[in-house]
Amino acid sequence: MALPKYTEPHYRIWHYIYLTICAAVFFFLIAPLFVIFPLSFNAEEFLSFSDGMKRLDPDAFSLRWYKDMIYGTKNPWGLAAKNSFIIAIFATIGSVILGTVAALGLSSRHMPYKGLIMAVLISPMIVPLIISGVAIFFFMAKAGLAATHTGIVLAHIILGTPFVVITVTATLSGFDHSVTRAAASLGSDPVNTFMKITLPLILPGVISGGLFAFVTSFDEVVVVLFLAGLENTTIPIQMWTGLREQLSPTILAVATCLIILSTLILVTAELLRRRSERLRGINR
Amino acid sequence: MSSETKQILTTDGIPLEVSLKKAEKKNKIKAFLLVAPLLFFLIITYVFPIGDMLFRSIDDKMVTQMLPKTFKAMETWDGQELPEEEVFAAFHEDFIKLVEDKREGKLSTQLNYTKNGFKSIIKKLRRASKKFEEGNYKEQIMSVHKRWADVEYWRAIQRRAPEFTGQKYLKGMDMYVNEEGKIVSVEEDRRIHRVLWLRTLEIAFFVTVFCFLMAYPIAHLLATLPMKYSNLLMICVLLPFWTSLLVRTASWMILLQQQGIVNDFFVGIGLVADDNRPEMMYNKTGSYVAMTQILLPFMVLPLYSVMKTISPSLMRAGKSLGGTPFVAFWKVYFPLTIPGIGAGCLLVFILAIGYYITPALVGGASGTLISNQIAFHMKSTLDWSFASAMGLMLLSGVLVIYWLYNKIVGIDNIKLG
Repeated sequence: MALPKYTEPHYRIWHYIYLTICAAVFFFLIAPLFVIFPLSFNAEEFLSFSDGMKRLDPDAFSLRWYKDMIYGTKNPWGLAAKNSFIIAIFATIGSVILGTVAALGLSSRHMPYKGLIMAVLISPMIVPLIISGVAIFFFMAKAGLAATHTGIVLAHIILGTPFVVITVTATLSGFDHSVTRAAASLGSDPVNTFMKITLPLILPGVISGGLFAFVTSFDEVVVVLFLAGLENTTIPIQMWTGLREQLSPTILAVATCLIILSTLILVTAELLRRRSERLRGINR
Repeated sequence: MSSETKQILTTDGIPLEVSLKKAEKKNKIKAFLLVAPLLFFLIITYVFPIGDMLFRSIDDKMVTQMLPKTFKAMETWDGQELPEEEVFAAFHEDFIKLVEDKREGKLSTQLNYTKNGFKSIIKKLRRASKKFEEGNYKEQIMSVHKRWADVEYWRAIQRRAPEFTGQKYLKGMDMYVNEEGKIVSVEEDRRIHRVLWLRTLEIAFFVTVFCFLMAYPIAHLLATLPMKYSNLLMICVLLPFWTSLLVRTASWMILLQQQGIVNDFFVGIGLVADDNRPEMMYNKTGSYVAMTQILLPFMVLPLYSVMKTISPSLMRAGKSLGGTPFVAFWKVYFPLTIPGIGAGCLLVFILAIGYYITPALVGGASGTLISNQIAFHMKSTLDWSFASAMGLMLLSGVLVIYWLYNKIVGIDNIKLG
């Protein structure tokens, strides 16, 4: 972004103002996340930087909140983490299967009422979560699935499929259908063609859709608040309760772990996106 | 027909046109069968339950079923003067049955929604009814409390006769049906829902504006920087995007609290006195700041994807034709970004209007939105029909925006990441 030499002074000044504004916005976006790291190592029970921390005194830092997170008897973080992972994994599998198959149908140029059906399939992403929560709660209560893992998994499949449908449809939009026709003409049946030809080619889209579904489920709190009983508590529910009642540094330790997890997911998603673009020849 | 002779036949002897149509139909069915599992799953678990909400929101059978005989007897009553003995006797019969089932409390709650003052007189009636003698129920009931002799209260009961009602929707707009059957607003100091609707719109609108003002410059920077720098900066947008909503809200709670870092900073630079730290959380400020940061990526990403397609030579052409950089930007670049602006603003507005978690945690009493009210009625007052009615009012608003979004951007064009 170097400016040409002939730039007039007041545009030069404007350019630096613009860069400063950008820097401020980036700071606003990312800085809040980095407050959590140091505070989760606080040796004291406060949620602000102690004088010792400001002096970088090693005694002011400790791992006590991480120990509390893992060993604390009062904290159901262990159960919550187990539930969260189980629910998220099953919800992801369900969303990926249903979403990918539906995306295959939607990408076919023979699909009737494409716009209308797409609108229905995407709707759980657009409808405010609180309304989805109320509606899904009414259904699960009638079906006797409230306060069960099955109910929550089904609810998260509902919320996760739109992401899979969108990412896989996007991948399929650049898909060369002549390869499947070639496979068919060589005597492959449709299932075999899908497994051997189509799936490997759209896999980046499927996985990144799956990542979205996983994160949606793993981070979902509104619907779970309606559905979960004590047994089905999840990490977001525990965080929600903790944040409402009393902000303890243990929550910051959990939050730090979650940030690390989301960083890993982000890196995976980015790598997949680039790979997919390379495969589709979009990258210049 | 002359075409008959020209008609092309397939090897099976079927006209080609028919055969093609058949194949087309087969393909249609195939495509539909692939979509069918998800479509039916969503219709059963999601679309029908939303329909169920609609039904619940207008359903008012409860009182109808509690006082069947009373309402039957009331059919001939004109509502001008106190009803006849016949109605009182029927009401007594229904009421005794309710007391036997221990459901008279529910009746009093329900009737109290229609008119205040039923709770105490139903309690009194329950006690008195044990000593009632047979016959002349009108006198006996009227002697329990003077309100039972007031025709207004009998009219209130009559108003609960229909099985369906729109009163929950009226309540959501702070209106009700008064004694004369007219729709009127509640007193000014009790219009809590209108305040909430307006506040929801206000916060959603300003969050959208703030997001736009902040996202535009950085999306432009990301789109114009060379790849290796922009990829790095993109992480600043994508990391918050992938991070748990609760984690981001938690970090704002830490930053904005009275002893928090933002306040420390203000005290440090001498902007505010140490003993007069402003309250930045548990009010509207908290909702604004946290929601803007959380929704910002949803504005940046659509803007970025549009800006990336704009060729830099267009700006150069504008400048070389004599426009100042500002004119070139305003006349050439900005109009080209309008699709991205539309997409980003609608997306952020839709998300903001239904926000629940963040306002509940950092919004306090003055920063909560309509979603919080819906959750409150679902969980605390258990007035599910009212929660459904408000949910559907919110939903209809969102669907209008969704429809606009579809018109302007097209749902197939939603991009993620």
